[in-house]
Amino acid sequence: MANLKDLKVRITSVQSTKKITSAMKMVAAAKLRRAQESAEAARPFAERMERMLGSLAASLGGVDGAPELLAGNGKDQTHLLVAFTADRGLCGGFNGSIVRQTRKMAHKLKADGKAVKILFVGRKAHDVMKREFANETIDVVIGIGKKGVEFHEAAGVADRITTMFEAREFDVCTIVFNRFQSAMTQIVTPQQLIPFSPAVVGDEDEEAAAVEGPKSVYIFEPDEEEILADLLPRNLGMQIFQAMLESSASEHGARMSAMDSASRNAGDMIDSLTMTYNRTRQAVITKELIEIISGAEAL
Amino acid sequence: MADTVEFELVSPAKLLRSEPVEMVVVPGAEGDLGVLPGHSPLIATVRPGVIDIHEGGSVKERIFIAGGFCEISPERCTVLAEEAIEVSAIDKAAAQKRLEDATSAWQNADDANKAKADTERRIAEAMVAAAV
Repeated sequence: MANLKDLKVRITSVQSTKKITSAMKMVAAAKLRRAQESAEAARPFAERMERMLGSLAASLGGVDGAPELLAGNGKDQTHLLVAFTADRGLCGGFNGSIVRQTRKMAHKLKADGKAVKILFVGRKAHDVMKREFANETIDVVIGIGKKGVEFHEAAGVADRITTMFEAREFDVCTIVFNRFQSAMTQIVTPQQLIPFSPAVVGDEDEEAAAVEGPKSVYIFEPDEEEILADLLPRNLGMQIFQAMLESSASEHGARMSAMDSASRNAGDMIDSLTMTYNRTRQAVITKELIEIISGAEAL
Repeated sequence: MADTVEFELVSPAKLLRSEPVEMVVVPGAEGDLGVLPGHSPLIATVRPGVIDIHEGGSVKERIFIAGGFCEISPERCTVLAEEAIEVSAIDKAAAQKRLEDATSAWQNADDANKAKADTERRIAEAMVAAAV
């Protein structure tokens, strides 16, 4: 039977763990609220940009001279995967699910005979995958969203991607990030950025229909192609910004629920340890009593 | 026809303005655009400069933007700006400093970064010009 002192030590240690996890939960909850707010605040910009891009693309529709960022460069050989994870752990399956998805996609692409390059945003995925994909890794961007995600951070990553694309270092770019559903659920979402895939424009079907009528009468100043050349890189930045925001909201959500269940587990453990402790103490007392009584009887 | 146009100013971080206005003047890349209700549909790039919101024949509000895009329809004017700040909130000294930094960065930039540095310089220039 475990002795009393050991049990006591154990209980104290679980108690302090519980304190830490519940503090982390609280912090995550506060950060989650902020992250969620900024994710929602960024939506109008993305929506309007998509609408504008939609009408531009429609008016350019099928023209051969469409910019490569929109139409792709006609090849499908080298794929760039951008994996969005957190810099820190202790957030349940958040990082793991991104790693799993990225790895699956990378293996599939390789099996199809394509070249794969990976850019990591956030330290965690890189930590796990750096051995397996040492040759494919381009770089790791860390420190994103420490004090809330800023647009210029996203613009930096987007610039980099654009430069690489222009240097023909890859043909297709896909980002993998956690889309924020609720504090409990995050959905791993692969999204193709270059060439601009219909799936991205897909959810604005209604709006596309709405601009259907007047789109042909839009005046462009300067002409469509110039605007598009300007708009596309920014749209890329915006998509990445959105992904970062979603990812950061998901991270805090995931951490919150992970820490919530950790605190609950610690509570359960404390309960059962306390029970054992009390039983043991009672047993010790009983044993001592028996000893005294039988000693007295023996006289 | 309504006598106001729905003006929206959006930055990546949030929706900054969404209000009906009588007239708004947007600094288009190829010249200022005065937007009144019933404007023809138009999509234009916006240069760094100042948006003037007019009311009752005078300028009610001036907002500096660092370039972006604008979409105009008969009843709406949406400006997507990467950076926006009210003119009255611009710190002239800070803007001046930014211009100096940007100019020296532009002078020292190699060919690859020249265009980018130039954009930054133009933004700073417009910001200094806008500051009162």
